Amino acid sequence: MLGMEPVPALHDRAIDNIRYIRETMERATPFTGISGRGEMAIGATALVASVIAAKQPSFKSWIYIWLAEGFISLLIAGWSMDRKARATQTSLFSGSGRKAVFSLAPPVIAGGLLTLVLAQAGIPHAIPGVWLLLYGTGVITGGMFSVRAVPAMGLCFMVLGAIALFSYPTWTNWFMAAGFGGLHLLFGLIIVRKYGG
Amino acid sequence: MNARAAVVKQKSAAPNLDRLIHERLRLGIISALAANESLTFSDLKNLMNTTDGNLSVHARKLEEAGYISCTKYFEGRLPKTEYKLTAAGRSALENYLSHMEALIKQMRNT
Repeated sequence: MLGMEPVPALHDRAIDNIRYIRETMERATPFTGISGRGEMAIGATALVASVIAAKQPSFKSWIYIWLAEGFISLLIAGWSMDRKARATQTSLFSGSGRKAVFSLAPPVIAGGLLTLVLAQAGIPHAIPGVWLLLYGTGVITGGMFSVRAVPAMGLCFMVLGAIALFSYPTWTNWFMAAGFGGLHLLFGLIIVRKYGG
Repeated sequence: MNARAAVVKQKSAAPNLDRLIHERLRLGIISALAANESLTFSDLKNLMNTTDGNLSVHARKLEEAGYISCTKYFEGRLPKTEYKLTAAGRSALENYLSHMEALIKQMRNT
């Protein structure tokens, strides 16, 4: 019986050590949250949406196309992040998903209100710039503790949005395609290549 | 039982325990690198929440054992140190984990 005495202590330490390893690995992988393939899928659908939107005769139908695209992106993002969370055995709602929702919701709400105001004020061509700019701010704040590619993408969105605000009204569709299509595809690819998935 | 005897006793209960990565900070370094392709010195310092001196001492021990590899380079004018887990380091972590599992199993059976 005497020889068994240290076993409980060792056993507790073993569990503690395994927990420590798992926690350290979790902390060391902040990027697991965002799915590169998901980003690429969002970029691809956004490119399609920008082509369809550019052909719309009225501003109202243009908005509806982008609202639909926004909804599709939300579904893709939710699904792909959930898959990635499952693969790394973390919960979507405790980690990356929560962070994404909390950082993106405020700029999205602000964007919705500004869209109404700008449409009523008769300057709808300013809307894409505002969207890109606000989406960029959300991505930067949400990606603050993520891999560098995420805040870098946010910054690119902000720069593109700023340029869009001060350029020709007829170029808006190009900015939408370059931002929500191009930047998502590009950074999605970087995330897949560098950070796996 | 004095401290020394306790250590001897634990050692005998866990004869093949890899002392090199058993130490907390070194185990942390190995774990963090297992989850990443590579990490810089400052990445590791922030993750482990430790001091420069402490980290470099333990990182060097692991490097000497061949568990991690270390490359130094310049990013602009800033010197950077990048660490990677070697194949030996990865299997050391795997062995360590199976060792811990064995200890837990052994406990359940007694």
